[in-house]
Amino acid sequence: MNFLHPAELGYAVRQKLADWGYGARLLGQLAMMSGACLKRFGLVRDQVHFLGNYSLAIITVSGLFVGFVLGLQGYYTLQRYGAADALGLLVALSLVRELGPVVAALLFAGRAGASITAEIGLMRAGEQLTALEMMAVDPKLRILAPRLWGGIIALPLLTAVFSAVGILGGYVVGVLLIGVDEGAFWSQMQSGVDVFKDVGNGMIKSVVFGVAVTFIALLQGYVAQPTPDGVASATTRSVVISSLSVLGLDFILTVMMFSI
Amino acid sequence: MNFQRVTQASPERLTLQKPAIPAFVFSHMTLPNSPLLVELKNLSFGYGDRVILNDLSFGIPRGKVTALMGVSGGGKTTVLRLIGGQYRAQNGQLTFDGHDVGQMNTEQLYAARRRMGMLFQFGALFTDMSVFDNVAFPLREHTKMSESMVRDIVLMKLDAVGLRGARDLKPSEISGGMGRRVALARAIALDPDLMMYDEPFAGLDPISLGTAARLIRKLNDSLGITSVVVSRCRRNISNCRPCGGLGQWQSGSARHARSTQANC
Repeated sequence: MNFLHPAELGYAVRQKLADWGYGARLLGQLAMMSGACLKRFGLVRDQVHFLGNYSLAIITVSGLFVGFVLGLQGYYTLQRYGAADALGLLVALSLVRELGPVVAALLFAGRAGASITAEIGLMRAGEQLTALEMMAVDPKLRILAPRLWGGIIALPLLTAVFSAVGILGGYVVGVLLIGVDEGAFWSQMQSGVDVFKDVGNGMIKSVVFGVAVTFIALLQGYVAQPTPDGVASATTRSVVISSLSVLGLDFILTVMMFSI
Repeated sequence: MNFQRVTQASPERLTLQKPAIPAFVFSHMTLPNSPLLVELKNLSFGYGDRVILNDLSFGIPRGKVTALMGVSGGGKTTVLRLIGGQYRAQNGQLTFDGHDVGQMNTEQLYAARRRMGMLFQFGALFTDMSVFDNVAFPLREHTKMSESMVRDIVLMKLDAVGLRGARDLKPSEISGGMGRRVALARAIALDPDLMMYDEPFAGLDPISLGTAARLIRKLNDSLGITSVVVSRCRRNISNCRPCGGLGQWQSGSARHARSTQANC
């Protein structure tokens, strides 16, 4: 049985710490570039369009089906206690607090995050980033920062769409198919959902997820080996790490927001 | 290891040869203080423990075409990257127009790079942009020209490389040789003082190869720029009639194999 030699363990830990340090430094640099980046808002707008609009189909369809399932499962649970009228509240709270931000972020990581990593990695492999540097254009400012802001703006908007479509899905199943009272469905939702505590906290979550998913995708692409398998493994790593980060961050944020 | 001087390009030491084409025209440059635009003095560089360049010294004279030749992995492209400040030398000094590239901060380095153009081996065109937008990119990034002026300059540069008609195509829709010419148009968009060509003849057919070589020579003469051409093949490189010097070496640790100089 092979045991890890302490020196190898130390080397691995140091490498990992160096990677984390590089990532933190890059995030800091991108944060410092925010002002300059937002001045050229056209670049950010293009990224919101690319990352947001092209993710709309998957977000809408997923939101609809999640809403359908929530409507069905919620009804069967609530009707046991004679509380089927609270279906609208259950669907809305589930979506705006948890499922909306988390599922939208996971889908965003798969759809937009993978695309960002592959794009940046292929730019690295095709020497486009080097060409930018040789043209005295900072690739961090021109390529990375607009994508980061594009993701930060696009994900909360996609989350809002996801939650809204999900609520409509719950309405279709609960009210139109099962026959829950329509007035109760909407009024329970209206009285039970708090704009700041529920919707606001859900949006804060999606902004945090937007930073995490987009930055992880950018970082993985930026440090990818400039080879086909290097870009492939960077793309895989990007989706895996950002999905796990979303779930981990969701727990931490939920504890901070709703534990009291 | 003793990496000798590859090209000692002081004008006084150049042997006289009848020039076929005038050496250079100072069309847009101020008169230089030094005859050398780039100078490497006892430069050493390596990746980790692997030494690539050892005690390398040579100069690149203004307004001329200088050729760097050597075996694959010998450090020719590394020299270009050192000149562009992408790598920092471990020992020695590299100056661009009298300024030490190794001592420059980011701002100074970017200012120096605005005076350089580089043609990459595979073009490195931005695949999400059209040919026109690729050539317009440095103009839009570094100048405040109106779109009509950008259009005029881009078409002029594309015309210079014979690809005016390809302006609306995407890089994926043009051949490798055409892509390299577009990249060349992009590299000269800002009228650089120094133009660096990294293996400009790799993968070209004999006809395109001759065209590319003549283009390098023509641009050098008509724009009054300084050119450095890196290539593995002497026959190809001789088509651009290098007159700034022809440095050749066999491998990084290696010795200088041959140095020929010609004055045009």
